[in-house]
Amino acid sequence: MFVARSIAADHKDLIHDVSYDFHGRRMATCSSDQSVKVWDKNESGEWHCTSSWKTHSGSVWRVKWAHPEFGQVLASCSFDRTAVVWEEIVGDSGDKQRGQSHWIKRTTLVDSRTSVTDVKFAPKHMGLMLTTCSADGVVRIYEAPDVMNLSQWSLQHEISSKLSCSCISWSPSSSRAHSPLIAVGSDDSNTISGGKVQVYEYSENTRKYAKVETLMTVTDAVHDIAFAPSLGRSFHVLAVATKDVRIFKLVPLRKETTSTGPTKFEVQIVAQFDSHNSQVWRVSWNITSTLLASSGDDGCVRLWKANYMDNWKCTGILKGDGSPANGASGQAGIINPVGSAALTAQSALNVLAGRRLGSFITKNSCQIVQCKLMYAHTNLKINIKNMSPLINFN
Amino acid sequence: MEEVDVDPAVTPIPGINVARGRLGFVWGPGDILVYESFSPAAAPLGGPFCQDVYAVRKDEDIYSPVLRKLFNESHHIFVGLQKITFDLPSKTKKTQFVSISKNYRSVIRACMEEVQKLAVSTCESSLAAQYGNQVSILLAVELIWNLCEVLFIDAAQAGSLLLHLLDWVRLHKADVDEKAREVLQYESPANHEAFWDVVISFVLQGRMDEARSVLDKQVSQQPAARSIFKLMDSLLMKMPIYNPGSTQTLTEFDVKWRRWHEECNRCLQDGSFASNQHLLTICKILVCDVDTLLEHKELLSTWYHFLVTRLLYSHPTVKPIDLHYYAQASMDMFMDTHSAPEPLDSILMAAFEFDLHQVIKDCSIALNNWWFVAHITDLLDHCKLLQSHNLHFGSNLREFLLLEYASGLFTHHSLWQLAVDYFDHCPEFGRVYLELQIERVPLDTERKALKVLRICEQRQMTEQVRSICKIMAVRALRNNRLGSGLSWTIRAKDAAFATLISERFLQDYCSKGSFSDLDLIDNLGPSMLLSDRLTFLGKYREFHRLYGENRFSEAAKLLLSLMTAKIAPQNFWMTLLTDALPLLEQKEVIFSTEQTHELMNCLEELISVKAVENQDHLMQDEDVETTKLELLRLALARNLAMAIVKEGTVEN
Repeated sequence: MFVARSIAADHKDLIHDVSYDFHGRRMATCSSDQSVKVWDKNESGEWHCTSSWKTHSGSVWRVKWAHPEFGQVLASCSFDRTAVVWEEIVGDSGDKQRGQSHWIKRTTLVDSRTSVTDVKFAPKHMGLMLTTCSADGVVRIYEAPDVMNLSQWSLQHEISSKLSCSCISWSPSSSRAHSPLIAVGSDDSNTISGGKVQVYEYSENTRKYAKVETLMTVTDAVHDIAFAPSLGRSFHVLAVATKDVRIFKLVPLRKETTSTGPTKFEVQIVAQFDSHNSQVWRVSWNITSTLLASSGDDGCVRLWKANYMDNWKCTGILKGDGSPANGASGQAGIINPVGSAALTAQSALNVLAGRRLGSFITKNSCQIVQCKLMYAHTNLKINIKNMSPLINFN
Repeated sequence: MEEVDVDPAVTPIPGINVARGRLGFVWGPGDILVYESFSPAAAPLGGPFCQDVYAVRKDEDIYSPVLRKLFNESHHIFVGLQKITFDLPSKTKKTQFVSISKNYRSVIRACMEEVQKLAVSTCESSLAAQYGNQVSILLAVELIWNLCEVLFIDAAQAGSLLLHLLDWVRLHKADVDEKAREVLQYESPANHEAFWDVVISFVLQGRMDEARSVLDKQVSQQPAARSIFKLMDSLLMKMPIYNPGSTQTLTEFDVKWRRWHEECNRCLQDGSFASNQHLLTICKILVCDVDTLLEHKELLSTWYHFLVTRLLYSHPTVKPIDLHYYAQASMDMFMDTHSAPEPLDSILMAAFEFDLHQVIKDCSIALNNWWFVAHITDLLDHCKLLQSHNLHFGSNLREFLLLEYASGLFTHHSLWQLAVDYFDHCPEFGRVYLELQIERVPLDTERKALKVLRICEQRQMTEQVRSICKIMAVRALRNNRLGSGLSWTIRAKDAAFATLISERFLQDYCSKGSFSDLDLIDNLGPSMLLSDRLTFLGKYREFHRLYGENRFSEAAKLLLSLMTAKIAPQNFWMTLLTDALPLLEQKEVIFSTEQTHELMNCLEELISVKAVENQDHLMQDEDVETTKLELLRLALARNLAMAIVKEGTVEN
């Protein structure tokens, strides 16, 4: 892997969340500077800030995109105890020429009495639904009954988890065999207060969410959770960021066909990695859930991959190179060309390649090419750029 | 066999201070965005923090324009391979597999040559180095592939095995030809400093005829030594070469070869070549004197060339099963004791050991893209080699690698189309992967959306089809392109959204007095039934058409039925009644008594509903409304009168 480019986000304070839209052509950033910025990718792959506005009166923790079936919609949540839904409106042609877009506030959800720590849209097959969780331990599920009128949201469900909530994740499965499922993580650091991941399932009968599982083995503070794409499987896979990274399998036990009670699950732990050696802050799956990324207090992002025999292994690490951050690194909306920064990465990669692969093929095939390579003095010492181990077989 | 290093690779992110703690990240298509984030441990926050977001990419080869051809052409071969049916006799199948393998290799070669040209023509040194890298990687890939073809796909048996290995070495050690040309073009070849190197190189590769013809140049120079040159010439000429096509058995060949070998030995023993150092060396090579061979490391250049030369002059009928023994020994003899084998060596050694699993595994680790492992594993799987090597997960490995390769292709803005075929040929997870990936393809233009849509439709991916159409419909509506929005909605079969867009059409009509996108609305056909409002829109437009064509009585009938059959939403009735005005005012009677009564009923119903609604607030334009009402009432009454008169009159 290599650093392809850097983008000067130019927030006035720390960035808390960066979120891609469904197609990966837009992204949104949010920060302690209380603002959200929207970025668009142009045809040559460069990012341009097309909108930046003050969203909250406190740090903005998370920003998320709704599915494009619902238009261009963002949700943000903040320390100011609110979550807000934003919609982009099509401005006049002059705006487009200037590369600017307009976002307007459609609604402010003010039900929480404490900081709103996470915001997620439900899977699209459930309609346009927004979920928030807050430090006071309440998960709220809102619905926009009319997708063309985003100023009206009704609070459909309030789930009290009794523990300070830090994160939520919906199971993306749209299988008829599965009822809507949401997992809630708590950052309560008191191990005595029990399992920190609770799973709630919607019941058609009672029209309510009921707790169906608590992961009792996770007793330390949980900072992030993520269900994996279901891939048509009968079970759910959940990644948990706590003092380490854990991957759980939730296997629904066969139900009596007549039974209408909540689903019972068999919880299996698939993998547990403690190589961060510290608190883990984020976990996230790629599109096909072949890779899980996690970041921890050790300043690393680690990539985990299962081989075809379902063994998990770390296959890559992204790590700050330790050089002091350059605060004033650019102006808003200007993409730093891969300049000095990339060169550093490059030279480091060379060292890496040297260590990892020796001079792969040098002696052997360079001589094969020698007669064919017309240019003289070219030392074909191969620095195959980061040949990350693509699979692990053990 | 030592395992290739599998420590995770570390990618440094410049400008981010690792000591400060947390990195935030997000997955994107083909990259990961990384940024410095908050760490409570580092509070209170002070000093500069990094405000940059870094895009970290994985598969850079996917984005290399020169490799595009490799991906494209190998895709054709891959698709062709999948079509080979299982009921072919195994012999024809084998020839087909070998020819497919050769096709893959020729694609690699073609690509390599192209990169080569680029490397030579570019002036930028960093770019040239990059191309150089690519060339050497492709070379290694082709070298490994060729060996796999000989050992696994062609599965050459004793006798022909060595012939194939010789070809393999000759192909990948082609610099001798260049040197030979140089020597022969020299004014006096025999005096060229590389003369003997060329002769010996030919001998090392078993190219006897070529060696002899070069050697011939020397004879004229040394008439005194003519006899020993002649002796060498005859030795070289007489070396038996196994011919798999002939009737000669392997044993017969072996006997013949041994006889020749003894003759060479005799010549060495009796000192026939003692007078000529070079000829002596050649003779020693012919009897496979290992020390002499090792003296020519420079010319052999690799341990596997050494291996093949050794086999040629000591065990030309080597069996596949014994190969690994000679290979290991050759590597040990050839390599310095202190230098560890490099990945390529390990991979080739694993192949000589017939350890397919290890070959694939090591290649996966050592090469930086999935192209090679995915394609060769697929081919080996078709040859039924993964099972016969007792890998019980055979087909899974194939699918695993193909899925990885195809997922990589999907991150590219045009190569994703190739990936579709790869997913199609992965029976277990291909379809779900395709579903997950294809809905993420950016729908930049209508054309691209249609392309993606067609792929989904061909595979009956109903949910993806619906979603794509819905996304396009929403986008069109946002940009006020009602017609396009409507047609996408119809394709998405989204009733609620069809209602919404029909509503917008009607609003537009009310404010502008005319319809846009007439073509579309006129040709709705059965799709009109998708939603009530859409049906009304279609029918209402039909009314306008009839009216425009002066088919008044049909128009009147339709208009009335829109209200009586409750197709029209009530808030639109006023518009409909107003539309009835000109019909009522025609000289001819169009609405019958009965119809007029019905119209009047509608009007009264509307007024009563409105009265309830208006209790709370007064309508702003009440005056206009009242005038309209009065006008309508008057027109209806007059029409009623005329209709009664007309219907009461006996036609004469």
